[in-house]
Amino acid sequence: MKDFIIPTMDPKDDRDMGTPARSGAMVTLTIDGFEVTVPEGTSVMRAAAELDIQVPKLCATDNLEAFGSCRLCVVEIEGRRGTPASCTTPVAEGMAVHTQSKKVRKIRNGVMELYISDHPLDCLTCSANGDCELQDMAGAVGLRDVRYEAPKTGGLANHFEARDTSGEANPEWLPKDDSNPYFSYDPSKCIVCNRCVRACEEVQGTFALTIEGRGFDSRVSAGGALDDFLSSDCVSCGACVQACPTATLQEKSVIEMGTPDRSVITTCAYCGVGCSFKAEMQGDELVRMVPYKHGKANRGHSCVKGRFAYGYAHHSDRILNPMIRDSVDEPWREVSWDEALTFAANRMRGLQETYGQKSIGVITSSRCTNEETYLVQKLTRSVFGNNNTDTCARVCHSPTGYGLGQTFGASAGTQDFDSVEQTDVVVVIGANPTDGHPVFASRLKKRLRAGAKLIVIDPRRIDLVKSAHIEAAHHLPLRPGTNVAVVTALAYTIVTEGLFDEEYIRTRCDWDEFQDYAEFVSNPRHSPEETAALTGIDPEALRAAARLYATGGNGAIYYGLGVTEHSQGSTTVMGIANLAMLTGNIGRPGVGVNPLRGQNNVQGSCDMGSFPHELPGYRHVKNADVREMFEAVWGTPIDPEPGLRIPNMLDAAVDGTFKGLYCQGEDILQSDPDTKHVAAGLAAMECVIVHDLFLNETANYAHVFLPGSTFLEKDGTFTNAERRINRVREVMKPLNGYADWEVTQLLANAMGADWNYTHPAQIMDEIAATTPSFAGVDYAVLEEKGSVQWPCNEAHPDGTPLMHVDGFVRGKGRLMITEYVATDERTGPRFPLLLTTGRILSQYNVGAQTRRTQNTVWHAEDQLEIHPHDAETRGVNEGDWVRLASRAGETALRAKLTDRVSPGVVYTTFHHPDTQANVITTDFSDWATNCPEYKVTAVQVSPSNGPTDWQETYNAQAERSRRILPAAE
Amino acid sequence: MSPEKMIYMANQIATFFKSQPGTNQAEMVANHLRDFWDPRMLRKICDHVAGGGEGLDDLAVRAVRMIP
Repeated sequence: MKDFIIPTMDPKDDRDMGTPARSGAMVTLTIDGFEVTVPEGTSVMRAAAELDIQVPKLCATDNLEAFGSCRLCVVEIEGRRGTPASCTTPVAEGMAVHTQSKKVRKIRNGVMELYISDHPLDCLTCSANGDCELQDMAGAVGLRDVRYEAPKTGGLANHFEARDTSGEANPEWLPKDDSNPYFSYDPSKCIVCNRCVRACEEVQGTFALTIEGRGFDSRVSAGGALDDFLSSDCVSCGACVQACPTATLQEKSVIEMGTPDRSVITTCAYCGVGCSFKAEMQGDELVRMVPYKHGKANRGHSCVKGRFAYGYAHHSDRILNPMIRDSVDEPWREVSWDEALTFAANRMRGLQETYGQKSIGVITSSRCTNEETYLVQKLTRSVFGNNNTDTCARVCHSPTGYGLGQTFGASAGTQDFDSVEQTDVVVVIGANPTDGHPVFASRLKKRLRAGAKLIVIDPRRIDLVKSAHIEAAHHLPLRPGTNVAVVTALAYTIVTEGLFDEEYIRTRCDWDEFQDYAEFVSNPRHSPEETAALTGIDPEALRAAARLYATGGNGAIYYGLGVTEHSQGSTTVMGIANLAMLTGNIGRPGVGVNPLRGQNNVQGSCDMGSFPHELPGYRHVKNADVREMFEAVWGTPIDPEPGLRIPNMLDAAVDGTFKGLYCQGEDILQSDPDTKHVAAGLAAMECVIVHDLFLNETANYAHVFLPGSTFLEKDGTFTNAERRINRVREVMKPLNGYADWEVTQLLANAMGADWNYTHPAQIMDEIAATTPSFAGVDYAVLEEKGSVQWPCNEAHPDGTPLMHVDGFVRGKGRLMITEYVATDERTGPRFPLLLTTGRILSQYNVGAQTRRTQNTVWHAEDQLEIHPHDAETRGVNEGDWVRLASRAGETALRAKLTDRVSPGVVYTTFHHPDTQANVITTDFSDWATNCPEYKVTAVQVSPSNGPTDWQETYNAQAERSRRILPAAE
Repeated sequence: MSPEKMIYMANQIATFFKSQPGTNQAEMVANHLRDFWDPRMLRKICDHVAGGGEGLDDLAVRAVRMIP
């Protein structure tokens, strides 16, 4: 899949080269007399494409291995017999290939004639008209006549006519399958090239498709005999649709709108993988999103969200006019931008006059661009005059920032995603990549199918543990809340069994610190046997996993929020860093510590100084030299004392010292823990400004609503989990009138600032001028290189795919003591079960976007996963309403019985505000960063008749607060 | 912030640094508080320690005393 870019080739050239790129020794051959030099293993077809000679083809495409079934790409090779398929024939030194001859023309013409004899000739009204490879090839081979006809006596030998000439039903004809909301499957147009089946296997790794039947009966089939696309294992990634050369698998948007006429390369705004897409347009209307093959994070792949779930951008719920109200009991009033901004500015300034400079703050968005985030934190630091800025990372990966900063000296993952292609042992801890980071999961699964080993440490049996052609070597189903004990027991095994890399530790880490660490970790209380009672993990399995990671070759750890969202989140991150340092698994391809970031720009929002203690580039506000640098550029003094973090803001609001909040692109009421406490905090504020696409849950408590723009409507950059800075490009004008950076600038200026940015490129220039790790980044560089990974500066002009290569950023790597401290969130007689939370593939976080798309067909409501044993003892059946209660609150949702969770553990998602899973979660948080402990809540489950009183009251309040008065004439 | 919550958070920090090697754990805790706590939170905990520091871990008390 990974596309080798020949240097002479324009990086924007994304034509189909026919077969995948290879690397290795170079081989020279001639094709039609022209000399070409390519890596060994390259196909003749690809070598020809390098010369711009297109050999006709149907079953070949360059993100799939050659298949050799269509026989259209035959060529002649001097000294070889017959007419080999150019897709399956590798180049050889001195080979002389002829792509055109009388003989191959005749063969190709005959092949096309057979294909077309079983294809409906409705080209003018076909949805693939203008984008059909079959049509192109018929033209390319000069097909002028089809001699084959249906028998005059009745009966049909084709797949495309529902009835034969005598009116009898054609048994070979199958109706269209329109079950998937985004694409249709029309079997009558299928040429059985297998590209969809191979894409499902090789690219996506789901194996939902197959070819059923043999010979003339061969048909593409999703799932089993009774399945359609929707009921099958299909995850709707769209790889098959992209691979299909005809209209057989076609986006419904193309069927409806026609083919696009232009395209713009941009970056997905869902998860932290940061896939590059071509937004294919008709004028300013988006026809479809197609993953961009030169996108370095996704290498031409996508998931259901990025490719299809963009309909929210035009959803009728979207608010396009600014609105204000004096109190949250009132309905909203639509007003002009001027009036809204003046209202907001006066209120915020008034609050500062009454309650002090530090009584207001901001929450930057991990969904918005780097440039927008930078401006929001600049707003609080330079215009409000305090450091009260925080971001969604507080509630997801703030422990990553702290833990990796302490151990390695850089608050970010160490690798690029390509690195997984060289990994031998993958450890996935507290992450569910097939749902949360699906495109990375596909790349990971590809590597696993090639033989890499997998260790999964997760309370749930996630899909990676066992799915098509994938099986984890070890699954350690730990009890929620015992991560540190497990990670330390792994380290115990590595150290006491002598499996550590002494040479690496001596050269890269502090040997004295290692002595302390080794003494700590070798204490028998950390052994797998001793900790088993806490963790619930079979000691032998844990030891075997430790041995595999330490000795199995390149070991890479990928982790997610199951690591960070705990009372000891930061300690677990340190423990993970320890494991990598102990085994020498840092500083080269195939290894590393890789946090799977949640939101599209959560890395970027951290980089951009969203945290209350850090200016952009992770530099503490206490440092005078850093402040001076920004003060010189901003022309205003910077407060040297750290500001409030999100939970602290809410606490301070309840205390009466924090009164005003500008919240951009984040729904804290739904996403933050202990909903009642968040609501109390918001309700205590006197000016809440929500800047968003929709009236989200937080807006129930807002006084000002500033409409936001989608990622399709603005320029900027996102930084993904591999530190890759990708361009976001405006493909249509903002429906609300302004890009989000413009709105922040308007607010700043209404409050007395004098900002005059006219394009986000100028904001990036300011970031580069003030932030050393971004010094080499500007829009021209991004245009030229496509993307760069920070640090990008004079020392690393092309960016930094791998970190800590010749030593750690902080100098010596620091092995840290990781003492296990049990969370105080414990089960007991009242709350005997442990609730853990997570995401599902089709929905995204609070669901503000995905709930407003047809993705809801896959997940219309949050459900409670419960082990059949726990369900039985409570009299709960599949699909029953159950009451889920913790010491913080209670809600009701439907039960789903499954042994994915162990007895004693229940699980749910938090995508739907009707459920409000966070009314259950508590205010316990990570010791270092206040990252909430979402992943462990002691709960009780009992049968129920439906939504709780609280849910009904909440929904009534939400509905009341969303009333909008008709605009004044 | 309720006093209980503040005490709980400070004790969590103290618990971590207690496990770290060295002899200056109180300074580590104090540094952590200075680096991450907003002044109004620091003031509150300083006041609490001045009032006897009930519920606070001994290490946390010593750390807070180092904060001016």
